[in-house]
Amino acid sequence: MSDPDAFRADVRAWLEANCPPEMREPVRDEADVYWGGRNATFKNDAQKAWFEACRDKGYTVPEWPKAYGGAGLTPAEGKILRQEMSRIGARPPLSSFGIWMLGPALLHFGTEGQKQRFLNEIAAGKIRWCQGYSEPGSGSDLVSMQTYGEDKGDHWVVNGQKIWTSYADEADWIFCLVRTDKENKYQGITFMLFDMASEGVSTKPIKLISGNSPFCETFMDDVKVPKSYGEDIPGYVGQINRGWDVAKYLLGHEREMISGAGGGDRTSAIGAAMKRMAGELDPVLRAQLAMFDVDALAYSAMGEKFLDEMKSGKGHPAQPNMMKYVGTELNKQRHELMMSVGGSRALEWESEDTGGGKPSRNWLRTKANSIEGGTSEVMLNVISKRILDLPGA
Amino acid sequence: MPLYHDDDQAMLAETASQFMAEEGAIAKQLRHWRDRNCKDGFGHGLWKQFAEMGFTGMLVSEDDGGLGMGSYEAGIVLEEIGRNLTPSPFLASSVLAATALKHADDAARQRWLPGLVSGDLVYSVAIDEGAKHRPERIKTRAEKSGNGFRLTGQKDFVLHGASADMLVVAARTSGADDDADGITLFAVPKDAANMSHDAVRLVDSSMASHTKFEGVELDGDAVIGEVDGGREVLNAMLTAGRIGAAAEGVGVARGAMDMTVDYLKQRKQFGKLIGEFQALQHRAAHLYSEVEIARAVTMKAAQLLDGGSEKADLMASVAKAKVAKAAGLAVREGVQMHGGIGMTDEYDIGLYMKRDRALQEFLGDMYYHASRVADMSGY
Repeated sequence: MSDPDAFRADVRAWLEANCPPEMREPVRDEADVYWGGRNATFKNDAQKAWFEACRDKGYTVPEWPKAYGGAGLTPAEGKILRQEMSRIGARPPLSSFGIWMLGPALLHFGTEGQKQRFLNEIAAGKIRWCQGYSEPGSGSDLVSMQTYGEDKGDHWVVNGQKIWTSYADEADWIFCLVRTDKENKYQGITFMLFDMASEGVSTKPIKLISGNSPFCETFMDDVKVPKSYGEDIPGYVGQINRGWDVAKYLLGHEREMISGAGGGDRTSAIGAAMKRMAGELDPVLRAQLAMFDVDALAYSAMGEKFLDEMKSGKGHPAQPNMMKYVGTELNKQRHELMMSVGGSRALEWESEDTGGGKPSRNWLRTKANSIEGGTSEVMLNVISKRILDLPGA
Repeated sequence: MPLYHDDDQAMLAETASQFMAEEGAIAKQLRHWRDRNCKDGFGHGLWKQFAEMGFTGMLVSEDDGGLGMGSYEAGIVLEEIGRNLTPSPFLASSVLAATALKHADDAARQRWLPGLVSGDLVYSVAIDEGAKHRPERIKTRAEKSGNGFRLTGQKDFVLHGASADMLVVAARTSGADDDADGITLFAVPKDAANMSHDAVRLVDSSMASHTKFEGVELDGDAVIGEVDGGREVLNAMLTAGRIGAAAEGVGVARGAMDMTVDYLKQRKQFGKLIGEFQALQHRAAHLYSEVEIARAVTMKAAQLLDGGSEKADLMASVAKAKVAKAAGLAVREGVQMHGGIGMTDEYDIGLYMKRDRALQEFLGDMYYHASRVADMSGY
């Protein structure tokens, strides 16, 4: 790569000139997160300016090739950019399942035509994607899925139901696993791409114990999915009936993302913030916080090692499962502790002081961390089988 | 710097791994010396081999005849020591004493370093006073006497203290017991008059001593660093030693885990390999995760220390505490999953449990270090 110090200096100067002060504040609520898409609106001018500056620079997807809307940074440069953004507390300019999940799958499995079209749209925040994996009755056990696409020559007719499709009610397109061969359990699933505005697609939010509903049920009733959207732009990723390869690859990215969002990537001790909140800490609670901080700070070192290894190709392919398992368990623990520190204040469900019950709603939300994207138990199964090589696992 | 071994470090790991598995193996060293009730708790022949491999002086600068490597490289060797439970004075001599001697003047370095590098001499450090590690409080006193000092007090948990050719002793030259300042480090040679060792064998078969100083007369040139200014050197020594102990603990954890996972693949009960039972699979997978994380943070702490980062001290405590948690889990699960044979002396898994217990206590247990993390983070 270029001289790292010079690159760092450039990045620093660019961030100084382009990241508005409002975008250096912690994200407080959903409106602070920009998801892009056809119907997207900006919360304020600062959000818009920050997004557009990053988009034009390729910094919504810094390590993607320039031809697909990225900045073409090397992993080492990407790391410097992340460090510098985190140093000033910069918000992500664009949050997107397209960036986190579909993008990596397309970079790996996509045709040139698919990359040109979809990656550029994702990088520019034009299309908001959702993910259709889980079904009622088949959560972590994806191979048991029932949604069926009947082959009609140049298109499929898809019928079935998906569940836990995050933000499906706000998404423009879906990447969706559909069974296309009923005989073959593993090699009978196709990874399809289609517009949520297609006839026959409907969504219904699922209200959770947190009172919020980022998740939906998604119904498909005779939905026509083209096999092609134009020259070299198939309506599916990878090969027909081999969607499982794509899904597995992509689940690795999802687990990486969830583990990254989990308890461990914050590099400062939570105890300090808790003390400011509670005043005096009960000695036993202080001890619990200290033991938690040991785990969380150690996990953040693991996160760094994990990313370094992944980017250099040295990592074990099942390592994301370990990161996901530990990261999500830690995040649950973090919120249990925050509830304890918050005391009766943290119980308030709707007050203004708590931003509409944030502490308790967030606490409840984290309970899903060790369920979504594969349960902790499934992660442990994968570690047993693929890393420890235990028999019959 | 990425957080994995570069080519040179990978080669060192390979070399150390092979050497320790062959020459430092449990049957050849730990059991051999233990069963002969060896008064030193380790073999001097092996220590000479350490020197031939270049390990003894790896933290000593090239100008002083060493290899000028860092904590990260020392950690690679210590991890292999831990995996094979190889008894040696490496941690005490080549990490702790060597770190202190970096701060010594030319005369002291010329006097003590060649013997360390050549493997002819072994050193140790005398820090603790009492059963728990509390280096914030130093009671042992060194009073001015003629051109030198007169040392009085008692130190505990002095690793192989009775067989060490020199002890680095932390003593108070001014102030009250709890003061940060007023500490001085001394190099006290083996033959010093009025020094006595009550040597005891520990649970892991290593030797440690309660060492008494009853008016030990020291020359002025016994001082390492500055008079009254020893706290900084002591802290540098502690940080390096804690990261080193953590690295050895990672090795102990990995050794115990590997043995256990192998056993799960061999032992049959109820007509099945016990590794087929999900209850054990999940515990093994959890253990693996904890050990990996403990290893990552130990590498991180060493990297920060070698890079001169001010965060090294915090991460050293995080690493020491995390390793204690993970290695403690590894040895407990190891003994439990081995069932009855895990309780026998003939089988090695119990030796890992014993070594872990001693390492956990050395330079502060997980509670001490978690509390330090809280202090340093301001709560």
